[in-house]
Amino acid sequence: MAYAAAAHDDTDHKPGFFTRWFLSTNHKDIGTLYIIFAILAGIVGGALSGLIRWELAAPGVQIFAEGSSVSLMGLVEQSSHGYNAVVTAHALIMIFFMVMPAMIGGFGNWFVPIMIGAPDMAFPRMNNISFWLLVAAAVLLVMSMFTDGGPGIGFGGGWTIYPPLSTSGHTGPAMDLAIFALHLAGASSILGAINFITTIFNMRAPGMTIHRMPLFVWSVLITAFLLLLALPVLAGAITMLLTDRNFGTHFFDPAGGGDPVMFQHLFWFFGHPEVYILILPGFGMISQIVSTFSRKPVFGYLAMAYAMVAIGFVGFLVWAHHMYTVGMGINLRAYFVAATMVIAVPTGVKIFSWIATMWGGSIDFKTPMLWSIGFIFLFTVGGVTGVVLANAGIDYSLHDTYYVVAHFHYVLSLGAVFAIFAGFYYWFEKMWGVKYNEFLGAAHFWIMFVGVNIVFFPQHFLGLQGMPRRYVDYPEGFAYWNYVSSVGYVITVVGVVVFLAVLVEAAIRRRKAEANPWGEGATTLEWTLPSPPPFHQFNEPPVIGPDHH
Amino acid sequence: MAHGAVKHDYHLVNPSPWPLVGSIGGAVMAIGAVIAMKGLFGLEKGNLLVLLGGFGLVLYTMLGWWMDVTKEANAGDHTPVVSIGLRYGMILFIASEVMFFVAWFWIFFEMVLFAEHRTLTPMIGNFEGVAEAWKAWPPKGIELVPAFHLPLVNTLTLLLSGTTVTWAHHAIQQGDRKNAKLALVLTVLLGMLFTAIQVYEYQHILHEKLFYSEEAAQSGLYGSSFFMATGFHGFHVLVGTIFLAVCLFRLMGTGFTPKQHFGFEAAAWYWHFVDVVWLFLFAFIYVIFGTA
Repeated sequence: MAYAAAAHDDTDHKPGFFTRWFLSTNHKDIGTLYIIFAILAGIVGGALSGLIRWELAAPGVQIFAEGSSVSLMGLVEQSSHGYNAVVTAHALIMIFFMVMPAMIGGFGNWFVPIMIGAPDMAFPRMNNISFWLLVAAAVLLVMSMFTDGGPGIGFGGGWTIYPPLSTSGHTGPAMDLAIFALHLAGASSILGAINFITTIFNMRAPGMTIHRMPLFVWSVLITAFLLLLALPVLAGAITMLLTDRNFGTHFFDPAGGGDPVMFQHLFWFFGHPEVYILILPGFGMISQIVSTFSRKPVFGYLAMAYAMVAIGFVGFLVWAHHMYTVGMGINLRAYFVAATMVIAVPTGVKIFSWIATMWGGSIDFKTPMLWSIGFIFLFTVGGVTGVVLANAGIDYSLHDTYYVVAHFHYVLSLGAVFAIFAGFYYWFEKMWGVKYNEFLGAAHFWIMFVGVNIVFFPQHFLGLQGMPRRYVDYPEGFAYWNYVSSVGYVITVVGVVVFLAVLVEAAIRRRKAEANPWGEGATTLEWTLPSPPPFHQFNEPPVIGPDHH
Repeated sequence: MAHGAVKHDYHLVNPSPWPLVGSIGGAVMAIGAVIAMKGLFGLEKGNLLVLLGGFGLVLYTMLGWWMDVTKEANAGDHTPVVSIGLRYGMILFIASEVMFFVAWFWIFFEMVLFAEHRTLTPMIGNFEGVAEAWKAWPPKGIELVPAFHLPLVNTLTLLLSGTTVTWAHHAIQQGDRKNAKLALVLTVLLGMLFTAIQVYEYQHILHEKLFYSEEAAQSGLYGSSFFMATGFHGFHVLVGTIFLAVCLFRLMGTGFTPKQHFGFEAAAWYWHFVDVVWLFLFAFIYVIFGTA
């Protein structure tokens, strides 16, 4: 109540530093917090992948061997368990603390209210606990990395936390801390999902019908539904893990009639929608950006929107394609193959509609557009290997090989992350009020494009040759492409340094941002506001005409 | 435009300490739970201090946060459009709760429908009794709880409480605070009766060793899924009872008008949700797969 007077006499009055950034109820400030958090998490997760590529650069055990220079620094445990713990932490950090916060927490918070003409989120205070619960979850996960796991320091059972490795295989407190980290991150996401759905259903400006919403808003709406329905199932599954570990239940313990495969079902019922959660907001951003820089409305707006609805819906019906090798019956595998293949249809609708949007357009290859075209190309590569893996017969030999690793990094680190960078450059001026350097942005794209492709394309070969995931060492025969992959990592790091240079350069030069730097192609509501927008926008709701998308 | 007068009915909430305090409480509670279960930072396993400290902070946050919401409602911040938003929020929250129970039902159905698959477990190590335990339903060592005994009483208790909470709702809508209080008192009492019967039933199961005989029967999954499914439901009954009791407390004061009483409606929705979950538990765990 102490702030009420200040807040009411001048709507653009910003609170003091602590109040503004720690007790915030402002969607743009909370969005900024999420983006800063995601950048920090991305650096940590990227450093962990550096340890992985460093270790795998040559056969034999390098940095995870006793007495190596890295382990002497106290960073990693000198064992193969240490390697597995690093792989696990890399995955969990990148999924829960980098991609999700950047896309949904960051861009979703910043632009969903603005794009529908709303002054803020439906529950501005709950919005803030979504963010701080994520920080709490990150604290717990980092603690877990430095706590006794049982076989060594930290939990090394992979992000899929399958029992019995996550129950009797890791008896130490590290796994319990990781479980609670997932509980807190899940609560954060469920509350965020409730907030987004309510905002989009209840706070659209006059004339902003559901079928006039920008596709980014559509994508966040669908993502929020996936979060709302998938995460509670994970909460149930990890609660079972917790009670199996600590309270003597037998959910996943065969000695009492339990079944470890049951955890896989529960996990992937969450896990498959989760991977769509990671990519759908990216689809939305790419649609906005491709349309803007082609100076054309997006091709097939309604088909694009309902393709995402279809992907989200079918995403709940395909989970066991992650488990073809557990001993399912042939009929069950046939069903999951067919259902999985079906997803290629709406995804194809999206890819071809992006291409059709560009077709005949006046294309401007600004940095966000470079990232978007890179996304469309590389996501398609990842999608095609996904269709390969969807076949249970082929998956029998490719399951848990580097082919799978290459596949999901093509759709995530070359798909989702490219979309995040596309959105970051697209909205850079809008969010920060200064311009980025176009040359540095393009350099960032090209270096990163080359780097990540060199990292992940050879992993297809390694997988087809039979190199398994999650091992610290490999036979001599896999040495060449592993070395190439690690060289790609170094190039990628150069790209990340250029990204940081973009931030520093923009902060030093402080070129004043325009309200709309992209011209007539940028038609959504955020471009009608100054850059950065006022502390509270749309005190008077805008009225939306019939030709708005 | 930034300085234009506000011409919308949305509620722009003032900065609030509760999200930060609540998140710290959540983290402390989680770390405290790990300490209690495993021991950490030199604190012994079984040390409950940190857990209780975190729990206290979470309770303090809930109290402070919801008191702020009540204050804002009384100050007129909950305009019609905000009120619709609150309804969306509560419905979506209940939807997520439904999905939480899906996980517990899923494991229960997997257990009963594919019970005989457990006889295929390789007979190695300490598994040799598993096939023996699961070749018939109910599994060896499990004495099922008779459905049409105390569980039926509990079903009737909850169904009755569903009618009393509706009575309270109609009374509030008509401004009949006396009847509203009476009906809400009855609802809370019925909720407490349910919990009491549940506690009695649990004690009976444990005391009579219904779910495990003297010899190890290797059928522990039954008790696990029974207690966790009914137990999480019981926890939700407790939360719902407290939610309704808070509404009763507000009704005793000046809270709730015939036009504006969403806090009560949210509690009633939650109560109906808890009721429906129980009907599913009763039908499947006690009746269909419960009566031998």
